[in-house]
Amino acid sequence: MKKFLRRKSTIALVMALPLIVVITSLVIYPAFFSIYLATLNKSMEHFVGLGNFSFLFKRETFWMVVKQSIIFAVSAVLFKALIGFFVAHCVHNVPTRGQRKWRGMLLVPWVIPPAMSTLAWLWLFDPSYSAFNWLLERIGVGPVPWLGDPYWARFAVILVNVWVGAPFFMIMYLAALKSVPEQLYEAAAIDGANWWQKMWYVTLPMMRNIIAITALFSLIVTFANFDIVRVLTAGGPVDQTHVFATYAFNLGIQGNDIPLGACVSLFMLPILAVAAIFILRDIGRRGNEA
Amino acid sequence: MAAQATLDRVAHAHHGSVRRDRRRALIWSYVFLLIFVIFFLTPPIYMFITSLKTSAEISTGSMPWWVSDPTLSNYVELLTSPIYLTFFRNSVMVALLVVVVTMLVSILAAFSLARMKFWGSATLATGVFLTYLIPDTLLFIPLFKIFAYLNELTGIEFINRWWILVIVYPTLTIPFCTWIMIGYFSSIPKELDEAALIDGAGYLQLLTKIFIPVALPGIIAATIFAFTVSWAQFLYPLAFTTSTDQLVLPVGIVTTLIKGDVFNWGQIMTGALLGAAPPLIIYAFLMDYYIAGLTAGATKG
Repeated sequence: MKKFLRRKSTIALVMALPLIVVITSLVIYPAFFSIYLATLNKSMEHFVGLGNFSFLFKRETFWMVVKQSIIFAVSAVLFKALIGFFVAHCVHNVPTRGQRKWRGMLLVPWVIPPAMSTLAWLWLFDPSYSAFNWLLERIGVGPVPWLGDPYWARFAVILVNVWVGAPFFMIMYLAALKSVPEQLYEAAAIDGANWWQKMWYVTLPMMRNIIAITALFSLIVTFANFDIVRVLTAGGPVDQTHVFATYAFNLGIQGNDIPLGACVSLFMLPILAVAAIFILRDIGRRGNEA
Repeated sequence: MAAQATLDRVAHAHHGSVRRDRRRALIWSYVFLLIFVIFFLTPPIYMFITSLKTSAEISTGSMPWWVSDPTLSNYVELLTSPIYLTFFRNSVMVALLVVVVTMLVSILAAFSLARMKFWGSATLATGVFLTYLIPDTLLFIPLFKIFAYLNELTGIEFINRWWILVIVYPTLTIPFCTWIMIGYFSSIPKELDEAALIDGAGYLQLLTKIFIPVALPGIIAATIFAFTVSWAQFLYPLAFTTSTDQLVLPVGIVTTLIKGDVFNWGQIMTGALLGAAPPLIIYAFLMDYYIAGLTAGATKG
């Protein structure tokens, strides 16, 4: 027994035990519990099988949430990636001495807690005191109903999400850009490659892995986003900007229908699983290259 | 001779055009950087501008981008308001306790997973990474129900107590911190621990005397990550706490400073700015560690 306790693998297991306990009791167990909850009726007294799912499928609001979640996540990630890529190039272009200063300022949106910065956006979009509308008025453009009109509200939640997330892409892409060996560009230049060819045949292939991992990560987080939509529109006007997370919160916590809320949040699982598989594959590949 | 001169001129002209291209690229880079800095910094600057205004000045709405009559009254009011100080205290307590718990659990686990290996340790390392991908928005409903059950079972109130957050936040911080610590620990040369073990050091000494000091930059990065995540978390406190004296800053500001239709924007912006201050200050002083943590394991974005 004493010998067993002194064995290296036993000590290792004991050291990892707190981690195992936290993960199984507070992540894995709740995840499965959520599937069980989704099969109960509202008062959680009896089993209704897939009743909650078929109830949701019949509701127009639910399909709107599905559509909006996809539009929100895909367009936000796309713009974050494009802006991040572009800004990373701009920072990479300027002399090394100044890069730190620019990078420092450009990462600020990422550092501020999203719930706090979204309050600033809420105030910038205020229906009667909007500072953006004040500027637009100077150039003779009528007031924009930022959060009052469904289409503008959708645009607004995406804009704020891009604002929060683009700096992260910028920092990842900048790190990737710096890891491309200068000799490759010199070799390409000797072969007469122009700017586009260098980008297409040198930069992008070298950055491909980091571009994919960052975009997949961001897709998961954006798809599961809660803070921004909750603070900015709370799903309104008339549920038009709800994403899965805010809709699940409305039904489950505020509406007191926990099984239905659990059911809505479970719809995030398939896309999360797909993204996770791709990330694991890419990380495995990165490991092999190193 | 003449041919040589022409060649030189062509080469020179070509060289000149490359330099001109570089110069133009540089100027455009600065122009776009300036545009994006303005885009990225407008909300925080606007927060600051509004925080210096009186309600009277805000309600005239004549010049939103300028303060004609700057005042610190919003700051004074908030920093002497017991309710706001309670939010701040709750946030500080939660964040500090979560950081301590996270670092204890993840350093021990990372050391064990990176160096000691046991049956299933490789699977566990991948599992840690996978749990990091499970978002809070999937877990808050089952967790809510689990704590309600536990309440019935034990009689202890879990919901609507600030310390419940110390129990649930580690699910957000531990997987990632363990993951990046595994990376840092694995990069320490094996010869180092072999030498220490030959000298008679135990595993605990190996960890405290060698691994922790050598991997200190990684530990700082992970600590910053754990702190900023717990400071910024919004969904769990919104779902699990409701009484004013149990709220943390983000939820407190969003739910109590906005009273019905009356928005006191001067105070809201001041509160939000003060709430954003701790992570911003850490970032200002420890930017390199912050970025190292961010890029170490491909963070959430």
